[in-house]
Amino acid sequence: MFALFLDALLLQAGYNAALVALGAALLGMAAGAGGTFLFLRKRALVSDAVAHATLPGVGIAFILMVALGGDGRNLPGLLLGSAVSAGLGLLAVQWIAGRTRLAEDVAIGAVLSVFFGFGIVLLTIIQTMTRGYQAGLESFLLGSTAGMLFQDAVVIAVGGALAAAFVVVFRRPMTLVAFDPEFSASSGIDVRRMDLAMMGLVMAVTVIGLKIVGLILIVAMLIIPPVTARFWTERSERVILIAGLVGGLSGYLGAALSASAPNLPTGPIIVLVGFAFFLVSLLLAPGRGVLAAVIRRRQFQLRVHRRQGLLALAHGEAIFDPLTLAVLRREGLIRQDGVATEKGRAHAAKTLRDERRWALARRLYQDEAVAGRYDGLTPIETVLTRDEIAELDRRLGPPAPAI
Amino acid sequence: MSNPALELASEAGEQLARPVPADSPLAIRGLTVSYGEKPAVFSVDATVPARSMTAIIGPNGAGKSTLLKAALGIVPRLSGRVLAFGVPLAQVMHRIAYVPQRASVDWDFPTRVIDVVLMGLYRELGLLGLVRRHHRERALACLERVGMAEFAGRQIGALSGGQQQRVFLARALAQDADLYLLDEPFAGVDAATERAIIDVLKALKAEKRAVVCVHHDLATVTDYFDHVLLINVRRIAEGPVASTFTAENLQKTYGGRLATAHIDQLKLPAA
Amino acid sequence: MGAEFVQLSLTPLLIGVLAAIACALPGNFLILRRQALIGDAISHVVLPGIVVAFLVTGVTATWPMLLGAAGAAVVAVILIEAIKRLGRIEPGAAMGVAFTSLFAAGVLLLEQSDTSGVHLDVQHALYGNLESLIWFQAEGWHSLADPVALAALPPELVRMAVTAAAIALLTAFFWRPLKLSTFDEGFAGAVGIPTAAVSLGLVIAAAVAAVAAFDAVGSIIVIAMFICPPAAARLMTNRLEVQVLWSVAFAALSAILGYVLAGYGPLWLGADNAVSAAGMIATVSGLILALACLFAPHRARIGAPKGV
Repeated sequence: MFALFLDALLLQAGYNAALVALGAALLGMAAGAGGTFLFLRKRALVSDAVAHATLPGVGIAFILMVALGGDGRNLPGLLLGSAVSAGLGLLAVQWIAGRTRLAEDVAIGAVLSVFFGFGIVLLTIIQTMTRGYQAGLESFLLGSTAGMLFQDAVVIAVGGALAAAFVVVFRRPMTLVAFDPEFSASSGIDVRRMDLAMMGLVMAVTVIGLKIVGLILIVAMLIIPPVTARFWTERSERVILIAGLVGGLSGYLGAALSASAPNLPTGPIIVLVGFAFFLVSLLLAPGRGVLAAVIRRRQFQLRVHRRQGLLALAHGEAIFDPLTLAVLRREGLIRQDGVATEKGRAHAAKTLRDERRWALARRLYQDEAVAGRYDGLTPIETVLTRDEIAELDRRLGPPAPAI
Repeated sequence: MSNPALELASEAGEQLARPVPADSPLAIRGLTVSYGEKPAVFSVDATVPARSMTAIIGPNGAGKSTLLKAALGIVPRLSGRVLAFGVPLAQVMHRIAYVPQRASVDWDFPTRVIDVVLMGLYRELGLLGLVRRHHRERALACLERVGMAEFAGRQIGALSGGQQQRVFLARALAQDADLYLLDEPFAGVDAATERAIIDVLKALKAEKRAVVCVHHDLATVTDYFDHVLLINVRRIAEGPVASTFTAENLQKTYGGRLATAHIDQLKLPAA
Repeated sequence: MGAEFVQLSLTPLLIGVLAAIACALPGNFLILRRQALIGDAISHVVLPGIVVAFLVTGVTATWPMLLGAAGAAVVAVILIEAIKRLGRIEPGAAMGVAFTSLFAAGVLLLEQSDTSGVHLDVQHALYGNLESLIWFQAEGWHSLADPVALAALPPELVRMAVTAAAIALLTAFFWRPLKLSTFDEGFAGAVGIPTAAVSLGLVIAAAVAAVAAFDAVGSIIVIAMFICPPAAARLMTNRLEVQVLWSVAFAALSAILGYVLAGYGPLWLGADNAVSAAGMIATVSGLILALACLFAPHRARIGAPKGV
């Protein structure tokens, strides 16, 4: 199996597999980057409504093509139909959220379930309609690359390439709009048109992805990469870049994995590869990752208790909080019975001095950069220069003896 | 400037061991709250005197609302103790009424004015207690006190901002509490509503109840309140308005954000 | 309306109505709490739940599957909360990550395991099999009084009835805390309502409704019933009490009309095969919502728009 996986990775597993892998990679890139715009505008799940809304379009396109005497399974025809109904679904979401008192999440849920339900009705009609044509429409639910026609693979590869190219060309205005619509309007970008283009991209990705990933899971390709990317950077243009990368890699690795063994459906595998990227990022990313946050939070809590404890010591107040007592004891600042040690008194005096420096500093420097940082934990050394602190100390006089 | 070291020493002396008076409706000791890694409130002490009207004052982001919510246990606190009427606050929640910020709820919620006021009777009604005539009459009486009786059947989304605030106050009145905690009750309300609210609050004080407001309008502090807590993440000063609401303390609280010219226009208590 | 109706249509109709009501009740609160899509997420993760239950027990018995599905719903809710809090990700995106990944895992497990010959497939999970839940033993209306025939009622009907009754009772019992904490969580906490427990309880009730309904009617109806009837009901009235009644009426109407249209509609149009009842019920609920959006008395927002 590993050899097969390697073959698929190196595009040696046959024409179709190679085209599908390339198409999935390009599509993943476009989806990751396009999904970032939705994510940054907090509308990630709009894509779920768009994806589910493709189903009736597929059904109607099939029925129409058969009625006109053609082959119902013609992929470009089906994709066109799905794009039209996805567009209607999107309009419905916007109309409900904009014109009635219902919120956008309600509109999304209503559109996705109703369109999908109607699509299922159409599928049951098709199943009983004409003998010989029934096969395959269910594959749009979960995607299926097995037994795909060569020209279908070409359509997907070309579609993926076009979507990726679109992202590359429009990345700058789209980043601006996603990040700060008002500023971009003032710098001459037509925000409405850009929004439309963004939605168009999401629809295109959805439609192209139908055959590979299926309409239930395509939304994952739009959501998981940006969420993953968000862990690694605070800058929006990098989010787009990383999301494109994560999406492309998930698509490529997923398609290759799925080609390397039977019973590995392409769509779910691509999604799960993306989820693996997400999981690693959630746990291990520096800064926003869970591990880093847990460590920081605990250190922060200990710092708060230490500082509060030292201030209490300096003021001769009783300490009740068990965690404060534990922190002070562990550092040898108080004895078991709660009385301050030599070291504890020294630290307390230093803390008190720090407080006094702060109090004085806030009187002397009445600008936000200094006064605004007075939160009890920021060491004054990080805000003032050494000579400024020396000046404070000169004004304060010699340190008061510890109480 | 006089000797700052001396001033600070007296300040530190004042902070020495603050005992908790048993009759204080609300005493906070060493309360710290943080969202993420920056403290929103750091080691704040406060002692609300009995039968008083207290204002919590400070710039935006100073942690005023957070202090209130953490005291009530609505947001988790990192450290600190909160006593109400001399016992841990959780034991006497039934004696406390809380009025959240008006903007904290969705006013499009499908319910009527009278239903919101009846929510104040939750502790009495419990899960299944029937709303009887006397409950309804009490709710109406509370609405009457804030001048909203004829709006009882109105859908809450149809109210103006000031009217919404009055409904919230009526709901708190229905709780018949001994301590009223209000989060920005005067924010964005019209002049008539402001008068109506302050009249009710002053009446509460006359009934020997305590009122604590998060407040943002410095111009009305001396008229409305008798006790003041100035905070900016940390406690800056606390005490009777007459001695505490001073230009110097305001400057300390607001830093550069409050121009001296602005302070001059305030009705500060005569020194 | 004779023996044939009782035998073939009565039970599916009842199951559809009960399922719709069981989902619509918690749906009222979900949409007011901006959690409408929790229903969407839950119904997607039911599939991995039943697959895991099947792999663990090796049988397609009812109870293991229900438990598996309920377990998956709880796992999904926990996962969404974890992603939201730990990663500081907005709720919509957190939901999108969690339910698609779990659904993908479910499909993969299904493909990997040998479930051939077992009635367990993706289509079934998506749109259920309402039409097959017939009351074989029934010979007419008089069978309703016949203990032997009653004992042969499809188990789905009994299960759905118990679930719907339990959810209705719970909604009534916890009405006050539910309403209060949905409207004003801070105040609810201050008067002693355990708001976190109330939210979790609501989600679990929704999960139970989804799981019980899903086996009979599939996950599309579940999502549609969580959202469409309560949403349409919201536009009919400005009182929560009345809204809940409207939502129950709309849910029942969707189920009845959808089932009848699916079964008899094609015949009226000259076709000879029925269409998916689940899909048609969802469609009808959507049509009702569309009509409500266009004509309902309280369709427009009054006062300031949300978030201002």
